[in-house]
Amino acid sequence: MKEELRELYRYRELLYMIAYRDIKVRYKQSIMGFMWAILMPILIVMSGIVVRYAYALAAHTPLQTADIASVAVKSLPWAFLVSSIRFACLSLINNKELVTKIYFPKEIFPIAAVVASLFDLLIASCALVIFLFVVQIGWNPYLIWIPVLIVTMVLLAAGIGMIVSAASLFFRDVKFIVEVLLTFGIFFTPVFYEVGMFGEKGKWLLLNPVSPILDAFSAVVARHQSPNLPWLAYSAGFAVVSVLGGYIFFKHLEPAFAESI
Amino acid sequence: MSDIALRMEQVYKKFRKGEVYNSLRDLLPALTGSMFRQQELSERDQREFWALQDISFEVKRGEALGIIGRNGAGKSTVLKILSRIIKPTKGRMVVNGRLSALIEVAAGFHQDLTGRENIFLYGTILGMSKREIASKVDQIIAFSGIEEFIDTPVKRYSSGMYARLGFSVAAHVDPEVLIVDEVLSVGDYAFQQKCIERMKEVVRDGAAVLFVSHNLRTVAEFCDRCLLLERGRLLMTGSPNDVIQSYMKSARIKRHDESKEVEISRVRIRNRQGESVRFESGETAWVDVEVTARRPATKMAVVLLVKDESYYEVFNTSTERLGLGSFNLESGETFACTFELDLNFANGAFHPFVALYRYHTETLLDQLELAACIYVGSETDVRGAVNCFPRVIRHEVLRVTSGASV
Repeated sequence: MKEELRELYRYRELLYMIAYRDIKVRYKQSIMGFMWAILMPILIVMSGIVVRYAYALAAHTPLQTADIASVAVKSLPWAFLVSSIRFACLSLINNKELVTKIYFPKEIFPIAAVVASLFDLLIASCALVIFLFVVQIGWNPYLIWIPVLIVTMVLLAAGIGMIVSAASLFFRDVKFIVEVLLTFGIFFTPVFYEVGMFGEKGKWLLLNPVSPILDAFSAVVARHQSPNLPWLAYSAGFAVVSVLGGYIFFKHLEPAFAESI
Repeated sequence: MSDIALRMEQVYKKFRKGEVYNSLRDLLPALTGSMFRQQELSERDQREFWALQDISFEVKRGEALGIIGRNGAGKSTVLKILSRIIKPTKGRMVVNGRLSALIEVAAGFHQDLTGRENIFLYGTILGMSKREIASKVDQIIAFSGIEEFIDTPVKRYSSGMYARLGFSVAAHVDPEVLIVDEVLSVGDYAFQQKCIERMKEVVRDGAAVLFVSHNLRTVAEFCDRCLLLERGRLLMTGSPNDVIQSYMKSARIKRHDESKEVEISRVRIRNRQGESVRFESGETAWVDVEVTARRPATKMAVVLLVKDESYYEVFNTSTERLGLGSFNLESGETFACTFELDLNFANGAFHPFVALYRYHTETLLDQLELAACIYVGSETDVRGAVNCFPRVIRHEVLRVTSGASV
């Protein structure tokens, strides 16, 4: 595996190039240009606000700015995860020509899909910062956790991305399964709601490895708290295992790609 | 560093044909089904076939090796194994140095990016660093000859421009091992020549080149050595001329095929002295053709045609078009005819073909390509396909007197 990682490092420029191509093409093709990056998060945030408003009505409590901020701050990483996995899933199939014609480490495709989505996240984050400024959610020392949370998210996305891209190369219906999971995943993940709303039962929700990360985002940005460290460690461990497992799985199947695609 | 640039040792490759489960929906029932059935194994054996068997060869630095063979002989499989796109089932291969594969030039292009952006994208795919490309980008653009359109998205390119840009990038990779698969068929003649010149340069710089092509003339001109593959086996290794000769023989349709109702049983080309393949330009040649019927056959015509070195047809005639009408044969009968032609060809080698057609319906009954080329020589230096017997009948130098110029 050491040898393979060294090779991946040698091809790092190709990784940037493919990611750059994906970003460039995505922004060139859409009329709205950079709006693309914030369209999906904005839709998620707006639906989140509707859901939170319904909660507030049912509980006869006013809708807090912190609640809206929490929904907004969790929507972005969720949108990043969804678009990473969605693009990674199709990345090998869509580059069939390159998979069958030219040799290079093929994990570059799913990883580049994650990198391109990370770029979208960056753009959307700029919009988010402005939004948070407007609703007067200030700076606090816990924001130092943000890079850790993003790295965990990226590892998780890359791990899952490698698995689904390789699997969808061999089985064409994998992409439909992935699409369904991504669509309904939002209901099993605390994007619109908070883990805290479930009280004791909240820990069952946190078993979903994405949940502790999103909860941590909400904690450090909206609630000005330290993240729930044991659960965050659980997610980070899961992310590392998924990226290693995904990489080994991918490399194991890679020799058969050109013949099976 | 070793002198050997690449080597294949007893390489075997097995492919599976037929049904492959490519969706979970099909796979899951098949798996549960197979638990109750026992015949899976023998079925699987039948579905497999050997695309390559026992292939061993090596290429030295500064050597160009050609691979020829019919479609499906395994040429592309050899190249794909060498470029590590697919893994051999058995056997070993060694590649010393940076390998660049020119398998399909435009595979790395993206439609929506401009020519210049694609140079960077494709260059990186081929293993060049960004800095390396940046230093060569002007050279690459100049080589491609499409400076004007370099900042236009490649989706607006013609297929020729597309291929030229692709080759231009690949040609500047400075590989130690270059693999070229039938990419020169695109682009005009001048560009093809430019590509061959560039490949020769690569070889002179000490790289090894592996060249696959159907254009036997280019193979003969460019390669130092040649391999002949047939049905996944290495049939022959040797000088391009020998291997091409033997390939031409094997490419003939198998004689005495019992399934044919009629066949061309004999063809002979002769000059005034007797059977020959060497002719002077303008000399008369006679082609004797015999057609034998196994079963009764009606309304047939013998077609004689000549192709040039790159298999471009330069001449075509038939018994029927020469006013003979068609002929019929009873089983066991033989039809014999002799064509007389004046070989007004320019200097070069030509491939004669004889074919047997069913009159009106245009069904090809049998076809025979003669093993040998005919070589036409001439004292005057005439090039191209035909000899028009040119003469210069007047020549003088006209001097323009000063003040009289227009």
